[in-house]
Parts: sequence; C-alpha cells; structure tokens
Amino acid sequence: MTIMIDTGNYIAAKAAVMARPQVVAAYPITPQTTLVEGIANYVANGEYKGEYICVESEHSAMAACIGASETGSRTFTATSSHGLLLMHEMLHWASLARLPIVMCNINRVIGPGWNIWTDENDSIAQRDTGWIQFYCSSNQEIFDTIIQSFKIAEHEKIVLPVMINYNAFILSHTSMPADIPTQKEIDDFLPPFKPHWKLDVNNPVTHGNIIGTAYYEHIRKGMQDAQDHAKKIIKDVAKEWERQFGRHHGDLIEYYHCDDAEYILISTGAIGAESKAAINNLRKEGIKIGLARLRVFRPFPEEEIRKLAKQSELIVIDRNISIGSNGAFYNEIKSALYGVSDTKVTGFIAGLGGKDVPYHDIETMCKKAIKSKKVNNSQIWFGFDGGE
Amino acid sequence: MALKDLPIEECLFQGNAACPGCPATIALRLVLKALGKNTIMVVPACCTAVIESLYPKTSFDVPVMNIAFEAAAAGASGVEASLRQQGKEDTTVLAWAGDGGTYDIGIQALSGALERGTNFIYICYNNQIYSNTGVQRSGATPYSAWTTTTVSGKTEFYKEMGDIVRAHHIPYSAQACISQPEDLYRKVQKAKGIKGPKYIEILAPCPPGWRFSMDLTVEMGDLAIETGAWTLYECENDIVTFNGKSKILLEGKIKRKPAEEWIKHQGRFRHLFVPKKDEEKLKLIQQHIDKRWERYQKEFL
Ligand SMILES: Cc1ncc(C[n+]2csc(CCOP(=O)(O)OP(=O)(O)O)c2C)c(N)n1
Ligand code: SF4
Repeated sequence: MTIMIDTGNYIAAKAAVMARPQVVAAYPITPQTTLVEGIANYVANGEYKGEYICVESEHSAMAACIGASETGSRTFTATSSHGLLLMHEMLHWASLARLPIVMCNINRVIGPGWNIWTDENDSIAQRDTGWIQFYCSSNQEIFDTIIQSFKIAEHEKIVLPVMINYNAFILSHTSMPADIPTQKEIDDFLPPFKPHWKLDVNNPVTHGNIIGTAYYEHIRKGMQDAQDHAKKIIKDVAKEWERQFGRHHGDLIEYYHCDDAEYILISTGAIGAESKAAINNLRKEGIKIGLARLRVFRPFPEEEIRKLAKQSELIVIDRNISIGSNGAFYNEIKSALYGVSDTKVTGFIAGLGGKDVPYHDIETMCKKAIKSKKVNNSQIWFGFDGGE
Repeated sequence: MALKDLPIEECLFQGNAACPGCPATIALRLVLKALGKNTIMVVPACCTAVIESLYPKTSFDVPVMNIAFEAAAAGASGVEASLRQQGKEDTTVLAWAGDGGTYDIGIQALSGALERGTNFIYICYNNQIYSNTGVQRSGATPYSAWTTTTVSGKTEFYKEMGDIVRAHHIPYSAQACISQPEDLYRKVQKAKGIKGPKYIEILAPCPPGWRFSMDLTVEMGDLAIETGAWTLYECENDIVTFNGKSKILLEGKIKRKPAEEWIKHQGRFRHLFVPKKDEEKLKLIQQHIDKRWERYQKEFL
C-alpha cells in the first residue's frame, strides 16, 4: 500500500489502469480531461498495456467500448456533462446489450450558458438508461469505487454498466491523499474479466437484431432483476473491500449519526461530505440529526429510505432539478415512502451552476426544515438570488 | 476469379427477409464468400438489420454486432482493439452500412476510424436512399430523383464520398457494383489482405427504392457503369486504377451511353419523362456526369 496525494481525476486514472481494462476509449471534456491525460501518461510510461482509443466524440467512445466489451474485453471510459449527454443513445445501448462497461462521469453543469462547475443534472438526465449510478464524496472513495464497480458490473447476476459520478473541480481537481493498494492486492480482489458470452467466430451469433415484443419484455425485466440483485451485491462487494483493505464508504447509503436521529439529512457527492461538518455543528447545538449520504442512486435504496423515515423527519438536498417537477432525489424519496410513511420531507434545491454549498448553509437549511410546519415542502431554492 | 470458381461456402442464408431482387444481399453474399467465416460483422440501422431476420433466428453465419445508426465505424474500432488484445488479429472486422449510415449520420465516426488507422474493412452498400425507413433522400441520392422527402425530385447533386475517403489517404479504397461480381469479389479479397483501414463502396440498385422491376437489378448496375453514372475503380496507396468497363471508358475505347439510358428505367425519374420530357433537367444530369469524367481524364488518365 502506498499513499498517493493527488486530484480526483489522477486518482481515478490510477484506479482505472490498476483494474487492467483491455480497452479504454475516451474523448476529452473539461473537467474530465486530466483523467484521460492521466491514462495517456500511463500508456506512455508502459504502466497501461491495453488499447487506448482516442476517438473523435463521446458517442464514438461509448460505441467503441460497446464493440470492445461485446468482443470480451474489460472496458473503461470517462466523460462529463455535454459528453455524457452526447452518449445518451449509446448508454441505453450498453445496458440493453448487457455490457459491464465502467465509466467515470465528472458531474458538470449543462449549457447554455457555458459553465464548467458542478451540478448533477448531467447524470440525473441518464437516470433511466439502466446504468448503476454511484456518487462519490472523496478521492479515496473514487479509487475504491472504481475497482469495486468492475466487480459489481461483471458479477454474473448483474452484467450491467456502472457510472461513477463525482463533482467537477471540488473532487476532480482537488488533491487529497488516497491509499493505493498494490497491483497484486487489486488483482486478487478483481480477477480478469470472464464474459459469459462474446462475439466469437466459432459461435456465430447475431446480437441485437430485430426482436418481437414478447422477447423484448424479457430484456427489460432481466435488467430490472439485475438492478434488484445489485442492491445486495453492492453491499457484499463493499464488505469484501472492507475486509481486505479496511475501508468502508457505506454500501447504498453512508450513515452518519443516524441511530438516534430525529432528523435525517439526505445528500450526495461533495455536499454529502460537507454535510458531515454541518451535522457535527448541529449536534453540538443539541439537535438530534444524522446524515444519510446517498452513495447509489440506481438501484434506488427504497428499503433503506423507508427504514430511516420510520424514526426521523427527512431533509433532502438536490444539486439537480427535474424541471417542471422537483429535485430528482426528493421525488424518488417521496415515491419510496408513498403508502408506507407520511413523515415530513423537506426538499431543497441548492448548488446549481456550481454554486458553493458550505457547511453553514447546510446547517441553515436543516434548521429551516426543522422549523417548517409543512409536511411536504419540495422546492425551496436555497440561497436563490442571494436570499435564504 | 470466375464466378464458377467462387467458394461454395455460404455465410448468408436463404429465406432471409430481403425484398426480391435485393442488391444488398447480392453484395453481402459475395463479400462473405470473399471474407470467409473468420469475420465479425458490425451492422448499424439499415436494411441489413432487417435482412438479418427476427430474433432468435438469423440469416448470417458469422457473428454480428448490431449497433446504432451512426456508430458502425466506432463500434468496429472497439471490436478491432479487443481482438488485438486477445491476439486474434487474423479475424476480419467488417463494418457494413448503407449510404445513410455512411454519407450522412455515420460520416464522423467513419472519418475518425479511417484517420486512426483502424484495421477493418468498411463497406457501404449504396442504394442512394434511406430504404429501411421507406425511401427518404440521402447525401448519395442523385439530382432529380424522387424520394418520399424529395417529392418533386431532389434539387441537389450527391456528394463524392469516394473523394472524401481518399482524402484520408488510407491503404485501400474502391468502388464496385453488384452487377460485376468478379470485380467485387477480387476487391474484397484484396482488402482482406491489407492491414489498416479499407473502404469499399458498392452500388446497389434497389428495386422498390428506385422504382424498377425486380428482375432488372443487375441491368441497373451495368447501365450505371456504362453511362458513367457509377465508376469502378480502386485506390491503393493513393494510386487510382479504373477497372472493367470504367477503365475502357476512361481510355476512350468505348463511348459512354447517354445517362437517359439508365434513368429511363427508374420510376424515381418518371417526372422527367411524363407528362412531358424535362429536357433541361436531363441535360443537367448529363452535364454533371460529363464534368466528372472530364475531371477523371485530367486526374487519372
Ligand atoms: C439516430 C437514428 N436516427 C434515425 C434512425 C432511423 N433510421 C433507421 S435506418 C435509417 C436509414 C438507413 O439508410 P441507409 O443507411 O442508406 O441504409 P438502407 O436502409 O438504405 O439499407 C434511418 C433513417 C435511427 N435508427 N437512428
Ligand atoms: S429496400 Fe432495397 S436494399 Fe432494402 S431490402 Fe429491399 S431491395 Fe434490399
């Protein structure tokens, strides 16, 4: 084990290369660029011996990953924002074709106007593509989750692609220390990819041709079942990682001071990390509050949310908005509770366009929610136009 | 190689879902004979995705990866990279797309793959329309041709995809036609033996799309060559050689037939003849071909 002090992107590049993908295909976009540059450096110094295809667009990056994965290779790519949106068609293709591609997405704002800072609308817009979605809150978690993701994606009961999201600049370009296991340790944890099927001239199968409704239904149901299995397998893999490396970032959710909490704050990514400081301060003031940091958005941790709602009121911060409705996390949490719990749920929209969300703002949001008499308040735009 | 000497091995099965008289299946049958079973095919949205037949059946005896309409060349890049990692470089990667997937929506991915030196054969069967979706115009549709989106005839000329490909300076590119099977077979076989990106475009006269009787597919191909509307050539390391009748035409040993000889059989040009002959448009079509051949003579004779 060595300590690497570096940015989220360079640590992601390290993890990607240590997972030994045979094929990487990628196209640069701020703030993902240093990740693909990192991989290019590993190509140059011989540490990465696989194929590195510098494609001419993100659409082609995902198409090339699909071709490589269907031919039996472990594949990796990374993108952000407009790149992710350009991939949209191929994201569906990858999951419907049941390909365990692993991808980092650096959460960045969508234009116009052009804005390179962070919010989560890019990945939230890919919610229904069938990909498993992680949201990380530290560079160590990025490293650990990338390695874990290959294992999860390739698990025989899953065989679905995985997207690891983390925030532009706050994580992608901020140096933090991370423990890097040895290559041997990684190899022991993550053996080579054994596809259950691949394009093979000795087994000439036509993959993806025209299909009738009855068979098609099976494809969708199979994906849904796989996401259901993922709920358990993500936990198992996180446990195995903890046994081997002594680190646990939570499974579907990371719980922080939740046991006796009357109020639970639910947030993700960098706001999730910042929330811990807010919880510490609020606890000092005698407020019994905890944090449930959503680490996984797909599959959605419904059962876990229901359990939390049994004992606590919920406060949700969304760094995204489904325009014409609410924050995506708020909506999904409400829907998980329908008919099971009518606990108070207060939702905030915060940090859009990359606006900073420091811990004292999170404290203010929590206090506001606690004070509010409304049972279901979905759209408080925190700090909108300089207000509170 | 003479027709009778082609391998008897078939990788395209009978009873597939193509229209009677389909040029795409004529071409594909020959292409797969030339490439053999050690081939992986990548197919974007196009008629071939239908010809493949309905899951769980297939018309093809080689592995096939279907991919999105614009992504054939990019998908093939991934297949090729993956095979190299597995030490299976002897397997031919064939991207097989229509003119829509090549000239229009797929041109970016194709250009990228050619520029990157992807070791594959990209074949465009050019039926000069989007057939799969019911005969809409493409960048390959000729001037004045009726399609469902050019109801009074297309007002633009097609683009020269062959020139665009040659500007990538790849090791091998060629134009062939379904009506000249020996020439087509030879070109595919030659491409198979060359490393790097190869591009072959096959003229594919489509009976329902061009509105001619399905027993005339081969004649429509030959007439396209004899009128100079289509050219048989190959380009190896930037050196262009004309083949078959196109070669004799270039050398001036025979004369090109008037374009009208080709288009009068095709319902898509009917409005140029009925209710009365549109001499002006016919002249424009002829001039367009003449100009191209003047250029050929300057460049390649
Ligand atoms: C992104 C996208 N846009 C449009 C379509 C619809 N579409 C499917 S096939 C096709 C036309 C194909 O034309 P061409 O490549 O010439 O092949 P052909 O049908 O003539 O064989 C179109 C427009 C699609 N599948 N995907
Ligand atoms: S529409 Fe034309 S190219 Fe398509 S299957 Fe029919 S004949 Fe073949």
